[in-house]
Amino acid sequence: MRLADKGLIDRNAPISFSFDGVEYNGFKGDTLASALLANEVRLVARSFKYHRPRGILTAGSEEPNALVTIGSGGRADPNARATVQEIYTGLEARSQNAWPSLGFDAMAVNDLAAPFLGAGFYYKTLMWPRAFWERVYEPIIRRAAGLGTLSGQANTDKYERAFAHCDLLVIGAGPAGLMAALTAARSGVDVILADEDSIMGGRLNAETYTVDGQTGADWAANTVAELAGMDNVRLMTRTVVTGAYDQGTYGALERVNHHADRRDGKAVLETFWRIAAKQTVLAAGALERPIAFQNNDRPGIMMANAVRAYVNRWGVAPGKTVTVFANNDDAHRSAMDLQNAGVHVAAVIDSRNSAKALGDYRLITGAQVCATSGRKQLESVTYRTASGEDSISTDCLAMSGGWNPSVHMTCHMNGRPTWREDIASFVPTPGSIPNMTVAGACNGDFSTAACLAAGVAAARDALAALGTKPAEVPIPNAEDSDYKMEPLWAVAGKGRAWLDFQNDVSVKDIKQAASENFRSVEHMKRYTTQGMATDQGKNSNVNALALLADATGRGIPETGTTTFRPPYSPVAIAAMGAGAQGKGFMPERFITSHAATIERGAPMMEAGLWYRPSYFPAKGETHWRQSCDREVNLVREAVGVCDVSTLGKIDIQGPDAAALLDFVYTNMFSTLKTGRVRYGLMLREDGHVMDDGTTARLSDTHFVMTTTTAAAGQVMRHLEFVTQCLRPDWDLRFTSVTEQWAQFAVAGPKSRELLNGLLSTPIDNETWPFMACGDVTVAGVQGRLFRISFSGEHAYEVAVPARYGDALFRALLKQAEAMGGGAYGMEALNVLRIEKGFITHGEIHGRVTAFDIGMDRMISAKKDCIGKVMSQREGLLDEDREQLMGFKPVGAVKQLTGGAHFYPEGEDPTPDNDQGYMTSVGFSPTFGHFLGLGFVRGGAARQGDRLRMIDAVRGIETVVEVCHPVFFDPKGDRARG
Amino acid sequence: MRLPCPICGERDIREFYYQGAAVALDRPDPEASADAWQDYVYLRDNRPGPLREMWHHDSGCSAWLVVTRNTLTHEVLGAELAIDVKGARA
Amino acid sequence: MGWLKSGGTGGQVMRFSGLRVLKEGLTGNKGWSPHWRDPEPKAEYDVIIIGGGGHGLATAFYLASQHGITNVAVLEKGYLGGGNVGRNTTIVRANYGLPGNSEFYSHSLKLWEGLEQELNYNVMHSQRGVINLFNSDGSRDAAARRGNAVIGQGDDAVLMGNADVRKMLPYLDFDQTRFPIYGGLYQPRGGTARHDAVAWGFARGADQRGVDLIQQCEVTGIDIVDGVVKGVQTTRGAIRAKKVGIVAAGRSSQVAAMAGMRLPVESHVLQAFVTEGVKPVIDHVITYEAGHFYISQSDKGGLVFGGSLDLYSSYASRGNLPMAEHVIESAVTLMPSIAKAKVLRSWGGIMDMSSDGSPIIDKTHIDGLYINCGWCYGGFKATPASGNTFAHLMATGNPHTAAVRHRMDRFSTGVGLMDEEATGSQHNLH
Repeated sequence: MRLADKGLIDRNAPISFSFDGVEYNGFKGDTLASALLANEVRLVARSFKYHRPRGILTAGSEEPNALVTIGSGGRADPNARATVQEIYTGLEARSQNAWPSLGFDAMAVNDLAAPFLGAGFYYKTLMWPRAFWERVYEPIIRRAAGLGTLSGQANTDKYERAFAHCDLLVIGAGPAGLMAALTAARSGVDVILADEDSIMGGRLNAETYTVDGQTGADWAANTVAELAGMDNVRLMTRTVVTGAYDQGTYGALERVNHHADRRDGKAVLETFWRIAAKQTVLAAGALERPIAFQNNDRPGIMMANAVRAYVNRWGVAPGKTVTVFANNDDAHRSAMDLQNAGVHVAAVIDSRNSAKALGDYRLITGAQVCATSGRKQLESVTYRTASGEDSISTDCLAMSGGWNPSVHMTCHMNGRPTWREDIASFVPTPGSIPNMTVAGACNGDFSTAACLAAGVAAARDALAALGTKPAEVPIPNAEDSDYKMEPLWAVAGKGRAWLDFQNDVSVKDIKQAASENFRSVEHMKRYTTQGMATDQGKNSNVNALALLADATGRGIPETGTTTFRPPYSPVAIAAMGAGAQGKGFMPERFITSHAATIERGAPMMEAGLWYRPSYFPAKGETHWRQSCDREVNLVREAVGVCDVSTLGKIDIQGPDAAALLDFVYTNMFSTLKTGRVRYGLMLREDGHVMDDGTTARLSDTHFVMTTTTAAAGQVMRHLEFVTQCLRPDWDLRFTSVTEQWAQFAVAGPKSRELLNGLLSTPIDNETWPFMACGDVTVAGVQGRLFRISFSGEHAYEVAVPARYGDALFRALLKQAEAMGGGAYGMEALNVLRIEKGFITHGEIHGRVTAFDIGMDRMISAKKDCIGKVMSQREGLLDEDREQLMGFKPVGAVKQLTGGAHFYPEGEDPTPDNDQGYMTSVGFSPTFGHFLGLGFVRGGAARQGDRLRMIDAVRGIETVVEVCHPVFFDPKGDRARG
Repeated sequence: MRLPCPICGERDIREFYYQGAAVALDRPDPEASADAWQDYVYLRDNRPGPLREMWHHDSGCSAWLVVTRNTLTHEVLGAELAIDVKGARA
Repeated sequence: MGWLKSGGTGGQVMRFSGLRVLKEGLTGNKGWSPHWRDPEPKAEYDVIIIGGGGHGLATAFYLASQHGITNVAVLEKGYLGGGNVGRNTTIVRANYGLPGNSEFYSHSLKLWEGLEQELNYNVMHSQRGVINLFNSDGSRDAAARRGNAVIGQGDDAVLMGNADVRKMLPYLDFDQTRFPIYGGLYQPRGGTARHDAVAWGFARGADQRGVDLIQQCEVTGIDIVDGVVKGVQTTRGAIRAKKVGIVAAGRSSQVAAMAGMRLPVESHVLQAFVTEGVKPVIDHVITYEAGHFYISQSDKGGLVFGGSLDLYSSYASRGNLPMAEHVIESAVTLMPSIAKAKVLRSWGGIMDMSSDGSPIIDKTHIDGLYINCGWCYGGFKATPASGNTFAHLMATGNPHTAAVRHRMDRFSTGVGLMDEEATGSQHNLH
């Protein structure tokens, strides 16, 4: 029911929305919860386990009951808190976890079976017969559990991530947070003030207290207005700080547009912030705790502070006849505010004998609510006093068991809160988070005046740490009442008294857990699921552990808390992973010939972060193998062109450049002549192969190293490590030039002829023998030419500054095609190198040694190198190790497959008989059959052996013959020719 | 977590690459014993508390750092350039 | 509270069954007895297990159930199952490719398959299938190699192509994602289990067989005389023992240091995440190579997922945002249909990262002192076999056939390194 003249809603801005298909009206400023209450909708949800009818409990993000799904399709947002979601025109909300309807939920039958479904029941049964768990029991449990439903469609909303930096982050904009921000801002430091609510002010917007003679809400609004006018302040509303991390890093989620009625997917819906703050003031407030009593979960039973908030902030009466049940003075304010708003208050039931009425209402002291009635809507409460039981007709019960400071954030870095007996609550332990000061209700200061003063004091502490002189900020006048409360966790009695509303954990469950010796608070939690619901125990954990302490005869401090973990409030996957959907997951790297390659219809494949062409389909080709075979042939017979720019290129210069190369490669480079290229093998310090590649010596002190595409970053870091951490005395510099040079392989018998058409000075075998290198002018551009070959053919790699890459590729291709050649892609490149027995990371996959690939003699005996010592361990030189060999099919099946294993002929394919495995295969058009590279126990000694090749996962088996790994041109004449 | 790069200032750890304990600086002589090499490559003290460790400012200035950091609290107690640490010993 | 202190449950072992649940339900659930006792430590045991996590409890259980060694104490400085067994992503699989790991995890999976009946405890072992998605031709071949090893071992592996995966997991992003899904290696017998229940089941089983589970008892020293272990010092006094087993996971190095040992282990933090409960969407366990990401949905409805280590050494059991965001990026790119699910909780555990990414189950140079460590972040699925093979080693002095390769000296000899990730000796890269 809407109250006249109350609240911060805009009555000139009516808004229509729907819940479960029914249209309702509310006002701008309403949350879904306040608008539903205004429309007298009480039943809004079903609980998780027993599907009990549930109403709105709170007025904040801690809400455990009123979770709904907003919207539909790719924008459907399940488990939205009705207490946080602001209404907008056209908002469509639906209830969850109920079938066929919220009013009649078939799964409510669980509630009748509750005696058999208590804490830990599933650990004790559902084990027979064995196969039934996956087939019968688990599917039933899975369907019954879960709350909202994901749409099944890809997200279509826009999310962002951002960084922010500040001197002082103030978390929470209640009286303490506002004063802290104001003090710091007036002192001139950079301030970020973040608050999860849509308007700043915290409880000031929900109470009738005055501050400096203004209403609390007005004072807050005026203070916010001053802050908003300052350049050194960033105000972040609708922003919940989700976690505290190391060195002043905080995560924060800004709900940018959840309240906007234009939901076209273009505006950002949420932003996930990473805030780096030098100092932080935590002013997160406190959360009111319920009291456990029989059937304390009926729709209409709410937190006393929420009742007050609905009346004062939203002008809504949550009931027609309201009763209050509390153990403290503060909750009496709900009765007074209701009365002032013209709502009937049936009684205030106070568990304290000493309680005094603060106004003109019926007060029943020394009393406890022990039962309630009304299935989908509270109808009455029964209370018990020393003189017996009595009932009151009421449709709303405002309960309060006192307040719990929101210590969560202070515990995100292994801190544990401290129990304060006087307020029967946990408060933050000072110093739990470096450079954080805690102020206000979250520190156990519950009066407005104390919060305002604490905010100033906290800011002054932060300013002192920042070395800034604090501005003098007067502390406003405000109420300063004492917090009077006597702990009451649960009302004794029969029936189920609920603690964790969403997970349906009752007082009995806690007691049962204790009696089964789940006495550690962590055991209790895990056994009962207490505190594991979407509110993470914000409403119930303190009560539950107090009851556990009682059940185990320990004190609350000794019992302790479970671990507080981020995020404080749940964060959508879409927000924390914003930008990663689709191609955004990782950067994309493009070769300079990308456009020309795409123009030729080549499908691109991922190679690390790069894209490289698989093959270049010619007219009439319908299968990649046709293209691949043709491309192999054109390289073997004419000339092919391939972009090899993705290989890592590192330019190394300085007097000690050769010393570095000698140290990181197994073989010698100091002996390499200028103008020559050498193949090098690089080990990790543990003696296994890291990478390989060629290095060219351009002058006495100038080398260009190439790495494989995959290991480019690793090798660069390795060189940095060696030069900075092991040999800083060496005089040299190096830098990655992978991006700076476009490089193309020109391979085939006609490669020189092709190049001579583009080089300013033609070359011949005398001036450019195999493994020669040097500067050239190609198509008028200063470039470099390397006579190296990864195909076994007479071949070159020509490099030009990247800006000429596209033009050179097109020019090379034009020439090649005119000569009967053309472009070749990764598939053909792979076949060409397999024919030659050249290795890639398919072979040097991280577990192989130089010995395994037949290169142990490349480890120079004349010098030390990285990995040399460890490569000499007995286990790494064992003749029985799997070593690199070639394979060809000799069985009926002519196909070879990568990943197949080898077994002796006539032997079973068991682990004991395993002889090795295939790493790379390709159909060789040169030989007319498949060729493979792989590893086999005993290596070269097995040449000529026949083995079973079994690829069980592909259903392929054949017989292979072990061959020398170099199938084609074993003497290397073609490359030298 | 944020690390104070001596060259770039304080930066988020997403800019850095972690390698492990700073024993990496103390590569044994090639003639050293097998035990010395096993110690270097594999074995670690791995005590909770302050640890000298190697970080590479991979997405920054490329400097290798020796950072002293408490592995229980993640408090960073200092950072030096590896090249200086190593150079000072020479 | 006399039952908590002494007397044990000997002779009055409560069997769990549907009937029992029914009977208790009808009588107010008042007849349940403690899952385990809280005994005072005795002066001496035949065997002391240092560490009351999953592996330590399993070791004690198998010592008692398979070797008749019941004069055993498990010493736990916190609460039972409070380490990684209560803080993981609950995945159970046996799809390792290298000798050593292959037979070990095969053995473990077989133990899982009979575990509930053996323990009389429903650990909710759910063989819902594990699929490892791959994103390139090279990784398809690597998956095939691994799958073939798994089949050779006698376990199950299915190599699925893109079309098969589309049919099984239609909600993945096949068309827009940065690294297209080429296919997956599927193990139907893989799945999940309720992690806490595994610890509790082993604890209850061990307790019922007479093992003393001693919580809040931190080991502060290991007593060694002339190279022979004699017992331990604890916060609850000295306890003598003929044999001592270190099963301390992330704290292995600290405990081993008490015996003067230095391990090939670095402790690192691994984060994991769970979302709010939603109705069933993911029926399998899915891993995504391109992001080192894995996800499943719990029976409660939460999407449970994780990724790589934070990559820096840590004993803090908590992580930082960069890796959290990176893991979640994988979720977004792989399955944008779960993007609206909200991360409810993140947590971190201390991983004992070994130098080759594989565990150590071995004797030490000290007579009577044994060690079981280096589980990296694969320890949960290993729980039964770890306990089983370690118990065998401690009871018989000889390694179990499924764990002969798990020797500590493989690092010095180079013989039988089990570098599944093929990243070498750097601990955090496994």
